[in-house]
Amino acid sequence: MKTSFTTLFYKEALRVKKVAFQTLLAPILTSLLYLLIFSHVLAQHVEVYPGVRYTAFLIPGLVMMSVLQNAFANSSSSLIQSKITGNIVFVLLAPIAYGEFFAAYVLASVVRGLVVGAGVYLTALFFAVPPMLHPLWIMLFAVLGSAFLGAMGVVAGIWAEKFDQLAGFQNFIIMPLTFLSGVFYSIHSLPDFWQGLSRFNPFFYMIDGFRYGFFGASDISPWFSLAVVSVCFAAMTGFTLALLRSGYKLRI
Amino acid sequence: MSPAVDVRQVCKRFGSLQALDNVDLRIEAGEFFGLLGPNGAGKTTLINLLSGLARPDSGQLSILGYDVVTQYRDSRRLLGVVPQELVFDPFFTVRETLRLQSGYFGLRNNDAWIDEVMHHLDLDDKADTNMRKLSGGMKRRVLVAQALVHKPPVIVLDEPTAGVDVELRQTMWRFIQRLNREGQTVLLTTHYLEEAEALCGRVAMLKRGKIVALDSTQNLLNSVATCRVQLRLSGALPAALSPQVTEQNGDSYVLALSSYPALETVLAQLREANLTVLEMNLQQPDPEEVFLQVVGSA
Repeated sequence: MKTSFTTLFYKEALRVKKVAFQTLLAPILTSLLYLLIFSHVLAQHVEVYPGVRYTAFLIPGLVMMSVLQNAFANSSSSLIQSKITGNIVFVLLAPIAYGEFFAAYVLASVVRGLVVGAGVYLTALFFAVPPMLHPLWIMLFAVLGSAFLGAMGVVAGIWAEKFDQLAGFQNFIIMPLTFLSGVFYSIHSLPDFWQGLSRFNPFFYMIDGFRYGFFGASDISPWFSLAVVSVCFAAMTGFTLALLRSGYKLRI
Repeated sequence: MSPAVDVRQVCKRFGSLQALDNVDLRIEAGEFFGLLGPNGAGKTTLINLLSGLARPDSGQLSILGYDVVTQYRDSRRLLGVVPQELVFDPFFTVRETLRLQSGYFGLRNNDAWIDEVMHHLDLDDKADTNMRKLSGGMKRRVLVAQALVHKPPVIVLDEPTAGVDVELRQTMWRFIQRLNREGQTVLLTTHYLEEAEALCGRVAMLKRGKIVALDSTQNLLNSVATCRVQLRLSGALPAALSPQVTEQNGDSYVLALSSYPALETVLAQLREANLTVLEMNLQQPDPEEVFLQVVGSA
Protein backbone atom coordinates (compact mmCIF):
# COMPACT_ATOMS: atom_id res chain seq x y z
CA MET A 1 0.00 0.00 0.00
CA LYS A 2 1.24 3.50 -0.79
CA THR A 3 3.07 5.08 2.14
CA SER A 4 1.66 8.54 1.49
CA PHE A 5 -1.92 7.21 1.68
CA THR A 6 -1.28 5.18 4.84
CA THR A 7 0.48 8.14 6.45
CA LEU A 8 -2.37 10.53 5.71
CA PHE A 9 -4.85 7.98 7.05
CA TYR A 10 -2.68 7.41 10.13
CA LYS A 11 -2.42 11.17 10.71
CA GLU A 12 -6.21 11.49 10.62
CA ALA A 13 -6.66 8.53 12.98
CA LEU A 14 -4.00 9.89 15.35
CA ARG A 15 -5.75 13.27 15.38
CA VAL A 16 -9.03 11.58 16.39
CA LYS A 17 -7.24 9.63 19.14
CA LYS A 18 -5.55 12.75 20.50
CA VAL A 19 -8.89 14.48 21.02
CA ALA A 20 -10.87 11.33 21.79
CA PHE A 21 -12.94 13.05 24.46
CA GLN A 22 -14.40 15.35 21.83
CA THR A 23 -14.38 13.00 18.84
CA LEU A 24 -15.43 9.70 20.43
CA LEU A 25 -16.80 10.06 23.95
CA ALA A 26 -18.93 13.18 23.47
CA PRO A 27 -20.99 11.78 20.56
CA ILE A 28 -21.55 8.53 22.47
CA LEU A 29 -22.87 10.51 25.43
CA THR A 30 -25.14 12.60 23.17
CA SER A 31 -26.67 9.49 21.62
CA LEU A 32 -27.27 7.97 25.03
CA LEU A 33 -29.14 11.11 26.08
CA TYR A 34 -31.39 10.73 23.00
CA LEU A 35 -31.96 7.11 23.94
CA LEU A 36 -32.77 7.95 27.55
CA ILE A 37 -35.24 10.70 26.71
CA PHE A 38 -37.00 9.21 23.70
CA SER A 39 -37.27 5.71 25.12
CA HIS A 40 -38.59 7.08 28.42
CA VAL A 41 -41.20 9.26 26.73
CA LEU A 42 -42.29 6.95 23.91
CA ALA A 43 -41.65 3.38 25.09
CA GLN A 44 -45.17 2.98 26.48
CA HIS A 45 -46.91 4.53 23.47
CA VAL A 46 -45.16 3.27 20.34
CA GLU A 47 -44.62 -0.20 18.94
CA VAL A 48 -43.10 0.04 15.47
CA TYR A 49 -42.49 -3.66 14.81
CA PRO A 50 -44.65 -6.32 16.48
CA GLY A 51 -42.94 -7.70 19.57
CA VAL A 52 -40.08 -5.17 19.44
CA ARG A 53 -39.80 -2.66 22.29
CA TYR A 54 -39.49 0.94 21.12
CA THR A 55 -36.15 1.26 22.97
CA ALA A 56 -34.79 -1.71 21.02
CA PHE A 57 -36.18 -0.25 17.78
CA LEU A 58 -34.51 3.05 18.53
CA ILE A 59 -31.00 1.67 19.15
CA PRO A 60 -30.02 0.80 15.54
CA GLY A 61 -31.32 4.18 14.34
CA LEU A 62 -29.31 6.05 16.93
CA VAL A 63 -26.22 3.95 16.22
CA MET A 64 -26.47 4.68 12.50
CA MET A 65 -27.17 8.37 13.11
CA SER A 66 -23.99 8.56 15.20
CA VAL A 67 -22.04 6.70 12.52
CA LEU A 68 -23.20 9.10 9.79
CA GLN A 69 -22.83 12.36 11.72
CA ASN A 70 -19.38 11.49 13.01
CA ALA A 71 -18.14 10.33 9.64
CA PHE A 72 -19.17 13.71 8.21
CA ALA A 73 -17.73 15.63 11.15
CA ASN A 74 -14.37 13.89 10.85
CA SER A 75 -13.37 14.77 7.32
CA SER A 76 -15.11 18.16 7.25
CA SER A 77 -13.68 19.46 10.54
CA SER A 78 -10.20 18.14 9.84
CA LEU A 79 -10.09 19.82 6.44
CA ILE A 80 -11.45 23.16 7.51
CA GLN A 81 -9.11 23.30 10.51
CA SER A 82 -6.18 22.53 8.24
CA LYS A 83 -7.30 25.18 5.76
CA ILE A 84 -7.85 27.88 8.36
CA THR A 85 -4.61 27.21 10.26
CA GLY A 86 -2.78 26.82 6.95
CA ASN A 87 -1.24 23.44 7.69
CA ILE A 88 -3.09 21.89 4.71
CA VAL A 89 -0.03 23.11 2.82
CA PHE A 90 1.99 20.14 4.15
CA VAL A 91 -0.37 17.73 2.42
CA LEU A 92 -0.66 19.85 -0.73
CA LEU A 93 3.12 20.09 -1.14
CA ALA A 94 3.51 16.31 -0.94
CA PRO A 95 3.29 13.92 -3.92
CA ILE A 96 -0.10 12.61 -2.84
CA ALA A 97 -2.50 11.64 -5.65
CA TYR A 98 -6.10 12.87 -5.58
CA GLY A 99 -7.35 9.32 -5.08
CA GLU A 100 -5.05 8.78 -2.10
CA PHE A 101 -6.12 12.08 -0.55
CA PHE A 102 -9.78 11.11 -0.96
CA ALA A 103 -9.34 7.54 0.26
CA ALA A 104 -7.34 8.56 3.36
CA TYR A 105 -9.90 11.14 4.53
CA VAL A 106 -12.88 8.89 3.76
CA LEU A 107 -11.35 5.81 5.40
CA ALA A 108 -10.52 7.80 8.53
CA SER A 109 -14.14 9.01 8.58
CA VAL A 110 -15.41 5.44 8.25
CA VAL A 111 -13.20 4.30 11.13
CA ARG A 112 -14.35 7.13 13.42
CA GLY A 113 -17.97 6.53 12.44
CA LEU A 114 -17.69 2.81 13.19
CA VAL A 115 -15.88 3.34 16.51
CA VAL A 116 -18.51 5.85 17.70
CA GLY A 117 -21.28 3.56 16.40
CA ALA A 118 -19.82 0.58 18.26
CA GLY A 119 -19.53 2.70 21.42
CA VAL A 120 -23.16 3.82 21.18
CA TYR A 121 -24.31 0.24 20.53
CA LEU A 122 -22.37 -1.26 23.43
CA THR A 123 -23.52 1.32 25.97
CA ALA A 124 -27.11 1.13 24.67
CA LEU A 125 -27.14 -2.56 25.53
CA PHE A 126 -27.64 -1.51 29.15
CA PHE A 127 -31.11 -0.27 28.13
CA ALA A 128 -32.24 -2.94 25.66
CA VAL A 129 -30.74 -5.72 23.56
CA PRO A 130 -31.96 -5.62 19.97
CA PRO A 131 -31.48 -8.83 17.98
CA MET A 132 -28.71 -8.89 15.36
CA LEU A 133 -30.13 -11.14 12.67
CA HIS A 134 -27.95 -10.12 9.68
CA PRO A 135 -24.57 -8.74 10.83
CA LEU A 136 -23.26 -8.51 7.27
CA TRP A 137 -26.05 -6.12 6.27
CA ILE A 138 -25.26 -4.08 9.37
CA MET A 139 -21.59 -3.77 8.43
CA LEU A 140 -22.36 -3.14 4.77
CA PHE A 141 -24.69 -0.22 5.46
CA ALA A 142 -22.49 1.16 8.23
CA VAL A 143 -19.42 1.18 5.98
CA LEU A 144 -21.19 2.47 2.86
CA GLY A 145 -23.15 5.10 4.77
CA SER A 146 -20.12 6.41 6.66
CA ALA A 147 -18.06 6.42 3.45
CA PHE A 148 -20.78 8.49 1.74
CA LEU A 149 -20.86 10.96 4.64
CA GLY A 150 -17.05 10.98 4.82
CA ALA A 151 -16.94 11.96 1.15
CA MET A 152 -19.62 14.58 1.75
CA GLY A 153 -17.48 15.90 4.59
CA VAL A 154 -14.52 16.24 2.22
CA VAL A 155 -16.69 18.32 -0.13
CA ALA A 156 -17.97 20.49 2.73
CA GLY A 157 -14.46 20.91 4.20
CA ILE A 158 -13.10 22.01 0.84
CA TRP A 159 -16.02 24.33 0.09
CA ALA A 160 -16.31 26.05 3.48
CA GLU A 161 -13.98 28.96 4.11
CA LYS A 162 -14.96 29.52 7.73
CA PHE A 163 -16.40 27.48 10.57
CA ASP A 164 -19.68 29.35 10.22
CA GLN A 165 -20.22 27.98 6.71
CA LEU A 166 -19.42 24.46 7.82
CA ALA A 167 -21.85 24.77 10.74
CA GLY A 168 -24.49 25.88 8.22
CA PHE A 169 -23.82 22.81 6.08
CA GLN A 170 -24.07 20.61 9.16
CA ASN A 171 -27.18 22.24 10.67
CA PHE A 172 -29.16 22.87 7.49
CA ILE A 173 -28.31 19.77 5.46
CA ILE A 174 -26.84 16.94 7.52
CA MET A 175 -28.98 17.30 10.68
CA PRO A 176 -32.39 17.59 8.92
CA LEU A 177 -31.55 14.71 6.59
CA THR A 178 -30.56 12.45 9.51
CA PHE A 179 -33.46 13.45 11.77
CA LEU A 180 -35.98 13.02 8.93
CA SER A 181 -34.65 9.64 7.87
CA GLY A 182 -36.55 7.35 10.22
CA VAL A 183 -34.10 7.25 13.11
CA PHE A 184 -36.94 7.69 15.61
CA TYR A 185 -39.86 6.22 13.64
CA SER A 186 -40.91 4.06 10.72
CA ILE A 187 -41.89 6.08 7.65
CA HIS A 188 -45.13 4.06 7.52
CA SER A 189 -46.26 6.12 10.49
CA LEU A 190 -45.96 9.33 8.41
CA PRO A 191 -48.67 10.91 6.20
CA ASP A 192 -48.37 10.03 2.49
CA PHE A 193 -46.74 13.33 1.52
CA TRP A 194 -43.93 12.95 4.04
CA GLN A 195 -43.55 9.28 3.21
CA GLY A 196 -43.06 10.22 -0.43
CA LEU A 197 -40.62 12.96 0.46
CA SER A 198 -38.62 10.63 2.70
CA ARG A 199 -37.93 8.42 -0.31
CA PHE A 200 -35.80 11.23 -1.77
CA ASN A 201 -33.65 11.25 1.35
CA PRO A 202 -30.63 8.94 0.90
CA PHE A 203 -30.17 8.84 4.68
CA PHE A 204 -33.52 7.04 4.96
CA TYR A 205 -32.16 4.08 2.94
CA MET A 206 -29.01 3.94 5.09
CA ILE A 207 -31.00 3.83 8.33
CA ASP A 208 -33.62 1.44 7.00
CA GLY A 209 -31.07 -1.00 5.54
CA PHE A 210 -28.99 -0.83 8.70
CA ARG A 211 -32.04 -1.54 10.85
CA TYR A 212 -32.92 -4.51 8.61
CA GLY A 213 -29.63 -6.08 9.72
CA PHE A 214 -30.91 -6.09 13.31
CA PHE A 215 -34.58 -7.02 12.99
CA GLY A 216 -34.85 -8.68 9.59
CA ALA A 217 -37.67 -6.20 8.92
CA SER A 218 -37.56 -2.88 7.12
CA ASP A 219 -39.78 -0.27 5.50
CA ILE A 220 -38.49 -1.22 2.05
CA SER A 221 -36.33 -3.98 0.55
CA PRO A 222 -32.72 -3.87 1.83
CA TRP A 223 -31.53 -4.68 -1.68
CA PHE A 224 -33.20 -1.56 -3.00
CA SER A 225 -31.67 0.46 -0.14
CA LEU A 226 -28.27 -1.02 -0.91
CA ALA A 227 -28.60 -0.03 -4.56
CA VAL A 228 -29.60 3.55 -3.65
CA VAL A 229 -26.78 3.97 -1.11
CA SER A 230 -24.22 2.46 -3.52
CA VAL A 231 -25.25 4.79 -6.34
CA CYS A 232 -25.15 7.79 -3.97
CA PHE A 233 -21.69 6.83 -2.77
CA ALA A 234 -20.41 6.29 -6.31
CA ALA A 235 -21.81 9.67 -7.41
CA MET A 236 -20.35 11.46 -4.37
CA THR A 237 -16.98 9.78 -4.98
CA GLY A 238 -16.95 10.91 -8.60
CA PHE A 239 -17.92 14.45 -7.65
CA THR A 240 -15.33 14.69 -4.86
CA LEU A 241 -12.53 13.32 -7.04
CA ALA A 242 -13.41 15.81 -9.78
CA LEU A 243 -13.33 18.60 -7.20
CA LEU A 244 -9.93 17.51 -5.92
CA ARG A 245 -8.55 17.16 -9.43
CA SER A 246 -9.70 20.67 -10.31
CA GLY A 247 -7.93 22.05 -7.22
CA TYR A 248 -11.13 23.89 -6.23
CA LYS A 249 -10.40 26.15 -3.23
CA LEU A 250 -7.22 24.20 -2.48
CA ARG A 251 -4.87 25.17 -5.28
CA ILE A 252 -5.21 28.73 -6.57
CA MET B 1 21.29 17.41 -17.50
CA SER B 2 17.94 19.06 -16.88
CA PRO B 3 18.05 22.34 -14.97
CA ALA B 4 16.99 22.19 -11.34
CA VAL B 5 14.29 24.77 -12.01
CA ASP B 6 13.04 25.67 -15.46
CA VAL B 7 10.40 28.36 -15.88
CA ARG B 8 9.24 29.19 -19.40
CA GLN B 9 6.99 32.07 -20.36
CA VAL B 10 4.88 31.70 -17.26
CA CYS B 11 1.91 33.98 -16.71
CA LYS B 12 -0.38 34.07 -13.70
CA ARG B 13 -3.18 36.52 -13.08
CA PHE B 14 -5.35 37.03 -9.99
CA GLY B 15 -8.36 39.04 -11.10
CA SER B 16 -7.02 42.33 -12.42
CA LEU B 17 -3.55 41.75 -10.96
CA GLN B 18 -0.93 40.32 -13.31
CA ALA B 19 1.11 38.47 -10.68
CA LEU B 20 3.58 36.97 -13.17
CA ASP B 21 4.08 38.25 -16.69
CA ASN B 22 5.96 36.00 -19.14
CA VAL B 23 8.60 34.94 -16.66
CA ASP B 24 11.58 32.92 -17.91
CA LEU B 25 14.06 31.55 -15.40
CA ARG B 26 16.55 28.71 -15.44
CA ILE B 27 18.41 27.60 -12.32
CA GLU B 28 21.10 24.98 -12.78
CA ALA B 29 21.53 22.03 -10.44
CA GLY B 30 23.78 22.87 -7.49
CA GLU B 31 23.21 26.64 -7.59
CA PHE B 32 22.42 28.80 -4.58
CA PHE B 33 20.00 31.21 -6.23
CA GLY B 34 18.37 34.31 -4.80
CA LEU B 35 15.00 35.72 -5.81
CA LEU B 36 14.59 39.32 -4.69
CA GLY B 37 11.87 41.85 -5.10
CA PRO B 38 9.58 44.16 -3.19
CA ASN B 39 6.33 42.96 -1.63
CA GLY B 40 3.86 41.95 -4.31
CA ALA B 41 6.57 41.44 -6.93
CA GLY B 42 5.48 37.83 -7.58
CA LYS B 43 8.12 35.87 -5.66
CA THR B 44 5.70 33.78 -3.62
CA THR B 45 3.44 33.28 -6.63
CA LEU B 46 6.38 31.83 -8.54
CA ILE B 47 7.18 29.51 -5.65
CA ASN B 48 3.54 28.47 -5.34
CA LEU B 49 3.54 27.58 -9.03
CA LEU B 50 6.73 25.54 -8.68
CA SER B 51 5.36 23.65 -5.70
CA GLY B 52 1.90 23.06 -7.17
CA LEU B 53 0.05 25.25 -4.66
CA ALA B 54 -1.04 27.37 -7.62
CA ARG B 55 -1.50 26.63 -11.31
CA PRO B 56 -0.12 28.72 -14.15
CA ASP B 57 -2.45 30.43 -16.62
CA SER B 58 0.10 29.73 -19.34
CA GLY B 59 3.69 28.61 -19.70
CA GLN B 60 5.59 25.67 -18.27
CA LEU B 61 7.48 24.98 -15.08
CA SER B 62 9.61 21.94 -14.32
CA ILE B 63 11.78 20.62 -11.52
CA LEU B 64 14.78 18.60 -12.73
CA GLY B 65 12.93 17.93 -15.98
CA TYR B 66 9.57 16.97 -14.43
CA ASP B 67 6.63 19.17 -15.35
CA VAL B 68 4.95 20.50 -12.20
CA VAL B 69 1.45 20.01 -13.64
CA THR B 70 1.55 16.81 -15.69
CA GLN B 71 4.23 15.04 -13.62
CA TYR B 72 3.36 16.60 -10.30
CA ARG B 73 4.15 13.56 -8.17
CA ASP B 74 7.73 13.36 -9.48
CA SER B 75 8.32 17.10 -9.34
CA ARG B 76 6.97 17.42 -5.78
CA ARG B 77 9.11 14.51 -4.61
CA LEU B 78 12.20 16.44 -5.77
CA LEU B 79 11.19 19.68 -4.08
CA GLY B 80 11.36 20.77 -0.45
CA VAL B 81 9.54 24.01 0.31
CA VAL B 82 9.77 26.16 3.43
CA PRO B 83 6.60 28.26 3.29
CA GLN B 84 6.63 31.91 4.25
CA GLU B 85 3.72 31.62 6.71
CA LEU B 86 4.43 30.18 10.15
CA VAL B 87 2.04 27.23 9.93
CA PHE B 88 1.91 24.09 12.05
CA ASP B 89 -0.41 21.27 13.05
CA PRO B 90 -1.32 21.76 16.71
CA PHE B 91 -2.18 18.10 17.32
CA PHE B 92 1.33 16.71 17.02
CA THR B 93 4.80 16.79 18.55
CA VAL B 94 7.87 17.80 16.56
CA ARG B 95 8.90 14.20 15.94
CA GLU B 96 5.37 13.18 14.93
CA THR B 97 5.21 16.15 12.56
CA LEU B 98 8.48 15.13 10.88
CA ARG B 99 7.52 11.45 10.69
CA LEU B 100 4.20 12.36 9.08
CA GLN B 101 5.93 14.63 6.57
CA SER B 102 8.34 11.79 5.71
CA GLY B 103 5.42 9.48 5.19
CA TYR B 104 3.64 11.92 2.88
CA PHE B 105 6.74 11.73 0.69
CA GLY B 106 6.68 7.94 0.73
CA LEU B 107 9.44 7.39 3.30
CA ARG B 108 9.02 4.92 6.13
CA ASN B 109 11.65 4.36 8.83
CA ASN B 110 13.31 7.71 8.24
CA ASP B 111 14.23 8.31 11.88
CA ALA B 112 18.01 8.40 11.34
CA TRP B 113 17.71 11.35 8.93
CA ILE B 114 14.98 12.99 11.05
CA ASP B 115 17.34 12.86 14.04
CA GLU B 116 20.16 14.37 11.97
CA VAL B 117 17.97 17.20 10.67
CA MET B 118 16.71 17.94 14.18
CA HIS B 119 20.27 17.93 15.47
CA HIS B 120 21.48 20.39 12.83
CA LEU B 121 18.58 22.72 13.58
CA ASP B 122 19.01 22.46 17.36
CA LEU B 123 15.68 20.74 17.82
CA ASP B 124 16.90 17.62 19.66
CA ASP B 125 15.49 18.58 23.03
CA LYS B 126 12.15 19.61 21.50
CA ALA B 127 11.50 16.31 19.70
CA ASP B 128 8.65 15.29 22.00
CA THR B 129 7.23 18.77 22.56
CA ASN B 130 3.84 19.63 21.09
CA MET B 131 4.05 22.15 18.26
CA ARG B 132 1.73 24.55 20.11
CA LYS B 133 4.25 24.91 22.90
CA LEU B 134 7.14 26.00 20.68
CA SER B 135 8.29 29.59 20.27
CA GLY B 136 8.01 31.26 16.85
CA GLY B 137 11.70 30.65 16.12
CA MET B 138 11.41 26.98 17.03
CA LYS B 139 8.33 26.59 14.85
CA ARG B 140 10.32 28.12 11.99
CA ARG B 141 13.06 25.52 12.53
CA VAL B 142 10.47 22.75 12.33
CA LEU B 143 9.21 24.22 9.04
CA VAL B 144 12.74 24.05 7.67
CA ALA B 145 13.12 20.47 8.97
CA GLN B 146 9.82 19.49 7.32
CA ALA B 147 11.08 20.75 3.97
CA LEU B 148 14.31 18.76 4.29
CA VAL B 149 12.91 15.56 5.72
CA HIS B 150 12.75 13.75 2.36
CA LYS B 151 16.23 14.94 1.26
CA PRO B 152 14.97 16.92 -1.73
CA PRO B 153 17.56 17.80 -4.40
CA VAL B 154 15.91 21.21 -4.80
CA ILE B 155 15.17 23.31 -1.72
CA VAL B 156 12.95 26.40 -1.89
CA LEU B 157 13.04 28.81 1.02
CA ASP B 158 10.41 31.52 0.92
CA GLU B 159 11.70 34.25 3.23
CA PRO B 160 12.69 31.68 5.84
CA THR B 161 14.41 34.11 8.19
CA ALA B 162 11.74 36.81 8.26
CA GLY B 163 11.43 37.89 11.88
CA VAL B 164 13.73 35.26 13.36
CA ASP B 165 16.73 35.75 15.62
CA VAL B 166 20.36 35.84 14.54
CA GLU B 167 21.12 32.50 16.15
CA LEU B 168 18.53 30.69 14.06
CA ARG B 169 19.68 32.40 10.91
CA GLN B 170 23.23 31.29 11.48
CA THR B 171 22.25 27.74 12.46
CA MET B 172 19.99 27.44 9.47
CA TRP B 173 22.38 28.89 6.93
CA ARG B 174 25.23 26.67 8.11
CA PHE B 175 23.06 23.62 7.49
CA ILE B 176 21.64 24.85 4.17
CA GLN B 177 25.11 25.79 2.93
CA ARG B 178 26.32 22.31 3.82
CA LEU B 179 23.47 20.79 1.82
CA ASN B 180 24.28 23.10 -1.09
CA ARG B 181 27.95 22.05 -0.97
CA GLU B 182 26.75 18.44 -1.12
CA GLY B 183 24.96 19.23 -4.38
CA GLN B 184 21.46 20.36 -3.42
CA THR B 185 20.07 23.34 -5.31
CA VAL B 186 18.75 26.18 -3.18
CA LEU B 187 16.27 28.82 -4.28
CA LEU B 188 15.93 31.56 -1.71
CA THR B 189 13.62 34.53 -1.53
CA THR B 190 14.56 37.08 1.06
CA HIS B 191 14.23 40.68 2.09
CA TYR B 192 17.64 40.57 3.75
CA LEU B 193 19.88 41.62 0.88
CA GLU B 194 23.02 40.95 2.85
CA GLU B 195 21.80 37.37 3.08
CA ALA B 196 21.49 37.13 -0.70
CA GLU B 197 24.91 38.73 -1.10
CA ALA B 198 26.53 36.33 1.35
CA LEU B 199 24.85 33.16 0.14
CA CYS B 200 23.71 33.38 -3.47
CA GLY B 201 25.85 32.84 -6.54
CA ARG B 202 23.20 34.35 -8.79
CA VAL B 203 20.18 36.50 -8.14
CA ALA B 204 17.08 37.55 -10.05
CA MET B 205 15.07 40.62 -9.21
CA LEU B 206 11.34 40.62 -9.76
CA LYS B 207 9.16 43.67 -10.10
CA ARG B 208 5.43 43.64 -10.84
CA GLY B 209 5.63 40.05 -12.07
CA LYS B 210 8.60 40.57 -14.38
CA ILE B 211 12.27 39.71 -14.00
CA VAL B 212 14.08 43.03 -14.20
CA ALA B 213 17.60 41.79 -13.45
CA LEU B 214 19.30 38.42 -13.59
CA ASP B 215 23.01 38.00 -13.06
CA SER B 216 25.68 36.76 -10.71
CA THR B 217 25.41 38.54 -7.38
CA GLN B 218 28.82 40.17 -7.80
CA ASN B 219 28.10 41.41 -11.32
CA LEU B 220 24.86 42.88 -10.20
CA LEU B 221 26.47 44.66 -7.29
CA ASN B 222 29.23 46.00 -9.55
CA SER B 223 26.86 47.02 -12.32
CA VAL B 224 25.34 49.89 -10.43
CA ALA B 225 27.17 53.08 -9.47
CA THR B 226 27.18 52.45 -5.81
CA CYS B 227 30.91 52.45 -5.15
CA ARG B 228 31.69 55.37 -2.84
CA VAL B 229 34.73 57.03 -1.39
CA GLN B 230 34.80 59.05 1.80
CA LEU B 231 37.50 61.75 1.87
CA ARG B 232 38.74 64.24 4.48
CA LEU B 233 40.66 66.99 2.72
CA SER B 234 43.07 69.76 3.63
CA GLY B 235 40.84 72.30 1.85
CA ALA B 236 37.57 72.79 -0.02
CA LEU B 237 36.60 70.26 -2.66
CA PRO B 238 37.14 71.47 -6.27
CA ALA B 239 33.90 72.61 -7.91
CA ALA B 240 34.39 70.07 -10.75
CA LEU B 241 33.80 67.23 -8.27
CA SER B 242 30.68 68.75 -6.65
CA PRO B 243 28.17 66.76 -8.80
CA GLN B 244 29.55 63.52 -7.31
CA VAL B 245 29.07 64.57 -3.68
CA THR B 246 26.38 62.60 -1.87
CA GLU B 247 27.17 63.76 1.66
CA GLN B 248 29.21 66.55 3.25
CA ASN B 249 30.16 67.05 6.86
CA GLY B 250 32.70 69.90 7.35
CA ASP B 251 35.87 68.93 5.52
CA SER B 252 34.64 65.37 5.01
CA TYR B 253 32.98 64.42 1.70
CA VAL B 254 31.36 61.25 0.35
CA LEU B 255 31.63 60.93 -3.44
CA ALA B 256 29.80 58.43 -5.67
CA LEU B 257 31.96 56.71 -8.25
CA SER B 258 30.76 55.01 -11.41
CA SER B 259 33.51 52.38 -11.00
CA TYR B 260 36.73 51.76 -9.09
CA PRO B 261 39.01 53.21 -11.86
CA ALA B 262 37.10 56.50 -11.50
CA LEU B 263 38.86 56.94 -8.14
CA GLU B 264 42.11 57.65 -9.98
CA THR B 265 40.45 60.56 -11.81
CA VAL B 266 39.21 62.00 -8.51
CA LEU B 267 42.66 61.75 -6.91
CA ALA B 268 44.25 63.38 -9.97
CA GLN B 269 41.88 66.35 -9.69
CA LEU B 270 42.69 66.72 -5.98
CA ARG B 271 46.44 66.72 -6.75
CA GLU B 272 45.89 69.34 -9.43
CA ALA B 273 44.11 71.54 -6.86
CA ASN B 274 47.03 71.05 -4.39
CA LEU B 275 44.77 69.35 -1.87
CA THR B 276 46.00 66.68 0.54
CA VAL B 277 43.92 63.66 1.42
CA LEU B 278 43.94 63.47 5.25
CA GLU B 279 41.70 60.41 5.46
CA MET B 280 40.14 58.04 2.92
CA ASN B 281 37.60 55.20 3.20
CA LEU B 282 36.37 53.14 0.27
CA GLN B 283 32.78 51.98 0.74
CA GLN B 284 31.63 48.70 -0.83
CA PRO B 285 28.52 48.62 -3.01
CA ASP B 286 25.47 48.47 -0.77
CA PRO B 287 23.13 45.65 -1.81
CA GLU B 288 20.15 47.61 -0.54
CA GLU B 289 21.02 50.43 -2.90
CA VAL B 290 21.63 48.08 -5.83
CA PHE B 291 18.23 46.61 -5.18
CA LEU B 292 16.53 49.99 -5.05
CA GLN B 293 18.34 51.22 -8.15
CA VAL B 294 17.60 48.15 -10.24
CA VAL B 295 14.00 47.86 -9.12
CA GLY B 296 13.46 51.60 -9.26
CA SER B 297 14.85 52.01 -12.76
CA ALA B 298 12.96 49.05 -14.23
